[in-house]
Amino acid sequence: MYGRKVKLRFLFVVLVLITLILTAFLVLKSLEENVVYFQSPSEIKALSELDKKKIRVGGMVKKNSISVNSSEINFIITDFKNEINVIYKGSVPNLFEEEKGVVAEGFLKDRNFLSATKILAKHDENYMPPEVKEALGEK
Amino acid sequence: MLFSVIGHYSLIVGLFFGLVLVYFSAKNFRNPKLLDTKILSFTFLQFFLVVISFLCLVSSFVISDFSNETVFNNSHTTKPLFYKIAGTWGNHEGSLLLWLLVLTLFILIFLVRTKNQPNKYRILTLVFQQIIIIGFFVFLIKTSNPFNYIYPIPTEGLGLNPILQDPALAIHPPILYLGYVGSSIIFSSVLAATTLNFVSKKWASHIKKWALGSWIFLTLGILLGSIWAYYELGWGGFWFWDPVENVSLMPWLALTILLHCILVLEKKLILTSWVIILSISTFTLSMSGTFLVRSGILNSVHTFANDPERGLFILIFLFFLIFLSLFIFFFFHKTSKNNLVSFFWLSKETAIIINNWFMMYFLSVVLIGTIYPIFLDVLSSQKISVGPPFYHKLIIPFLIPFLLIMAIGPKLKWIKSKLDNRIYLISLLIVSILLSILIVKNFSSNFLINTILISSALYLFFITLGDFFNKKFKNLAQNTAHFGFSLLILSILFNSLFSSEIITNLKVGETYENTKAKIVFESISQKEEKNYKSIIGNFIVQDSKGKIENLSPELRIYNQPNIATSEADIKTTLLSDKFMVINIVQNQDFFNVRYQVKPFMLWIWLSVILISFGGMMSFIKKEYEK
Repeated sequence: MYGRKVKLRFLFVVLVLITLILTAFLVLKSLEENVVYFQSPSEIKALSELDKKKIRVGGMVKKNSISVNSSEINFIITDFKNEINVIYKGSVPNLFEEEKGVVAEGFLKDRNFLSATKILAKHDENYMPPEVKEALGEK
Repeated sequence: MLFSVIGHYSLIVGLFFGLVLVYFSAKNFRNPKLLDTKILSFTFLQFFLVVISFLCLVSSFVISDFSNETVFNNSHTTKPLFYKIAGTWGNHEGSLLLWLLVLTLFILIFLVRTKNQPNKYRILTLVFQQIIIIGFFVFLIKTSNPFNYIYPIPTEGLGLNPILQDPALAIHPPILYLGYVGSSIIFSSVLAATTLNFVSKKWASHIKKWALGSWIFLTLGILLGSIWAYYELGWGGFWFWDPVENVSLMPWLALTILLHCILVLEKKLILTSWVIILSISTFTLSMSGTFLVRSGILNSVHTFANDPERGLFILIFLFFLIFLSLFIFFFFHKTSKNNLVSFFWLSKETAIIINNWFMMYFLSVVLIGTIYPIFLDVLSSQKISVGPPFYHKLIIPFLIPFLLIMAIGPKLKWIKSKLDNRIYLISLLIVSILLSILIVKNFSSNFLINTILISSALYLFFITLGDFFNKKFKNLAQNTAHFGFSLLILSILFNSLFSSEIITNLKVGETYENTKAKIVFESISQKEEKNYKSIIGNFIVQDSKGKIENLSPELRIYNQPNIATSEADIKTTLLSDKFMVINIVQNQDFFNVRYQVKPFMLWIWLSVILISFGGMMSFIKKEYEK
């Protein structure tokens, strides 16, 4: 029969293969469940059916659209073609201002309405998320 | 002006010395006597030139010489002196110059410290290191020269992004770079050792020190960045699985695996291929980190430039290095007919190998989570983001066996072992499980996984704690690091389980109240500083036990550049942090208030310090033995 060394080599290769397959399987499955897609207001308008998963919406905060009460913040994200209402309970980043770029993460209630769970921070007045730049690019 | 000229020409001469060194080493490879005279002095000169160049840039920043483009873009006369100096590496050009400085410094230290190693090996390491150095010289001079001249000379600079004006972030890049660049020496040395078939126990114990050194700096560098993110970014967390954080975690994981492999190699002369591959990947990951952050592919605070030419250069250079190292690995590496035969399941090396596999798995998860969005964007122009749930789901379950093996592994002997003191080990396990049930019992969600997780972390905690008092157990450095790790996991777990948060919008004078706490927004006051003015909110927070705390978070509006930042007010005690941050909402009277109670926050930082302290002990210990 085969020597101990060959058996060990074989065992090793099998173990490596199993680990690789398991890793690939787990990662792919988890990616499928946890990835957040980015969409512009226009893309959301064009959706044939609403996604139940979390999404990100990016664009500009519309002028004079922010209103605040003690528990929530409402505003409108626009890409100058279409817009979407956002309702948000949570803390806002420093550069959350009207007529500045913004990315909101949350769940769609319908095509005009997003219930946000997170507003993403920007760190620089000149910085605009690439997604927003692209969404606004055709204006 | 003058400084820019001197700095620029020093760089060019430094590049020239790099080329001379490669030529010299290649020519005199068979006659290595020259090494300790000419080659060493050339290396020193090269280092000296880079130091001059670096000091010139620092001076340009200090005197606010706005004829220098880098200074103009990143500095301002009203900035405090400390941040003028720190601003030197707070930008793309300056930080690359710092990379180069550390690269040349390390090869010099390497040459001086390895006098007892074979000369051929030292020369070859120098050659590989010079290839990297030359690459960085060319990159710096061609695409990101820190001494570019602008005319007419502006009277005022554009200023440094205020969130970077912070003591922790001022020293974060140098420390992190010492770790990153330290891996370059390991890379060059491994390539040299492979080519000369010099990978041996002796080599392992010599390179271990370099691995330990860069590992310590990398750990501390990541810690500093994390502390900064905690108090400056206003989210109250310490790790966000942001791509820029991930690119520093990946080399750290690779280096940790490498360190453990080197330990096995030092004792048993197995796993040589692993050590070679891991050394190559550690440096490659450090380089890719630089590439991803500097090229503007990842957008975040750290991204200074969006220049595709720079990204392309680093990418080509990176691929060149990878191909070079793979070529060397496949052509020169001879798998020794080694002693795999003496392999037993229950031994220290098996435990290390299994846990290294787990770490490889963690590394792949982080790698895929970081680069998958980039690939998807390039291939299908779909924009996605991968958030914390992805990482948590994939990493947390595997932490359980990882922690258990980490607890048992060091108790085993090399080659073949049996478990002594079974009763002790099993009774500790039972104590850990009971204790964790007691801790988690009030939480209904995820009861099972939390209990098992805390049990295994507690188990490692108790075992390592017990070993401090065990006279038979000698490896104090390793035990300190592992003890620190168990403390880290426990703190993170308790922190995430028991944190509470209130987010609300308040006007001045209003009060928010729920069952956990009462927040009174007393007043606001204003303050004028040299380069910013600040609005300070004065709050009184009363918790459910009636304990009162005054918190005054601050909102700073910097004048140059015109940016607002939130300065959180944090009250730290041994057991928990109280964290409050405010934000203004445009055109409204409301302030956006975020109040958090974060248990064991301090222990997260302390345990990381303890982990790196373990590394330092091991580093010093080897020094004494020689």
